[in-house]
Amino acid sequence: MAKNTLSSRFRKVDIDEYDENKFVDEQEEAAEQQGPDEAEVDSLIRQYPLREQERAQGIVLKVLTSFRSSEIEQAVKSLDKNSVDLLMKYIYKGFEKPSDNSSAILLQWHEKAFAVGGLGSIVRVLTARKTV
Amino acid sequence: MSYYNFLLEPISCHAWNKDRTQIAICPNNHEVHIYKKEGGDKWSKIHELKEHNGQVTGIDWAPESNRIVTCGTDRNAYVWTLKGNVWRPTLVLLRINRAARCVKWSPKENKFAVGSGSRLISICYFEQENDWWVCKHIKKPIRSTVLSLDWHPNNVLLAAGSCDFKCRIFSAYIKEVEEKPSPTPWGSKMPFGELMFESSGTDGWVHSICFSGSGGRVAWVSHDSTVAVATGSKNTVISSLRSETLPLLGVTFITENSLVAAGHDCYPMLYVYDEGKGTITFGGKLDIPKQNAQRGMTARERFQNLDKKASSETEKATLESVHKNSISQISILEGDKSKCRKFCTTGMDGGMTIWDVKTLESSMKDLKII
Repeated sequence: MAKNTLSSRFRKVDIDEYDENKFVDEQEEAAEQQGPDEAEVDSLIRQYPLREQERAQGIVLKVLTSFRSSEIEQAVKSLDKNSVDLLMKYIYKGFEKPSDNSSAILLQWHEKAFAVGGLGSIVRVLTARKTV
Repeated sequence: MSYYNFLLEPISCHAWNKDRTQIAICPNNHEVHIYKKEGGDKWSKIHELKEHNGQVTGIDWAPESNRIVTCGTDRNAYVWTLKGNVWRPTLVLLRINRAARCVKWSPKENKFAVGSGSRLISICYFEQENDWWVCKHIKKPIRSTVLSLDWHPNNVLLAAGSCDFKCRIFSAYIKEVEEKPSPTPWGSKMPFGELMFESSGTDGWVHSICFSGSGGRVAWVSHDSTVAVATGSKNTVISSLRSETLPLLGVTFITENSLVAAGHDCYPMLYVYDEGKGTITFGGKLDIPKQNAQRGMTARERFQNLDKKASSETEKATLESVHKNSISQISILEGDKSKCRKFCTTGMDGGMTIWDVKTLESSMKDLKII
């Protein structure tokens, strides 16, 4: 989320180039680089269709903004643990693309969901591998 | 519980000797310092082990043979033996090209395992004919850094938690040093490198992993703030709990059903596993905050607070727990994983705390350690 302010030039250094045993291993590595890349990329795109995800996000955002402030707490209380985590994911996704009145209501949702889910639910938004 | 602050820097890792009179710690640099307990609450430094060229990431002290194994970011591991009053190192060739991250002696102390950033585990054993340590690698199917290791009581199975979000149990059977193992709940055929179990369902790097006292269960904590336990059987079932706390960094069994875990929240907590229901429940926070005398606020202080912080609350912004920074490692001090009496935590505040299970049980109501 926050870009680190220290130099990250060390990340461009390929440490394996400076390995003592590099010469012996060079032939083995060349053989590993061949192989179908396009097929992999194609299948990955098919698995996670981006358009479906965006539609789902739009719908959820509409639902969240249509709630009245007083109803939010009750709604959050009715959710089970997994759903609270899912709700947190959608809240943060909504934060990423702020529109006119979404941020205020999302912040209220966030406060109520945080009271139930705690810091753990936010950590799970950050570490989740399946994004919404 | 007693808290001792060794230094101002984080303690990278620690290990106790057999009678718990000495502790070896890495004070966040290339060295290992051994402290000896002098009466009361005093510790004095008696040895400095300087051989590593990079930060020491793992220390383990074998209780029976009194050898220390250390591993570091310089891609090396050393086995230290005490000769007279000096610890002498022996280099172990791990054949890795990334940093070593964790090391553990096996229960019989005839071999040790090193987890590294090279995405493999080095199982090292001593070869008598050549008088040196050799190692064998377990590579497949590990896809990322191995962060934590724990041995099964049968000296053959090894649990590994890694950054590819999985907890795995491998067989580390070395035919040169041991007999064929008998069948376990995790499987019966155990050739070297065989994958006996692989977890699924949790996201997040697996920071710490622990076998139960009997070896029939394995628990792990991962970076998505979850605790999980799996019981070995034909169809292994994984139970996990998504906690509301920050991620946990260390976990250990203190009885067959109870786990103590600690991490970025700076206090240890109890979790109880119910095999019948397949659930893990939060048992309670194991930290007794000191009751500070509540001074009333003067009107002047109230206005000052309002001016500076826009609030007139009396809450302090300090941590109430014993450790003032994340706890990075938990180790059992007295007892064993099936019945622990005391455990020890070290953290990034440079402090070490010894917790007494009986005292915790009696002082916290509703805390039941089954």
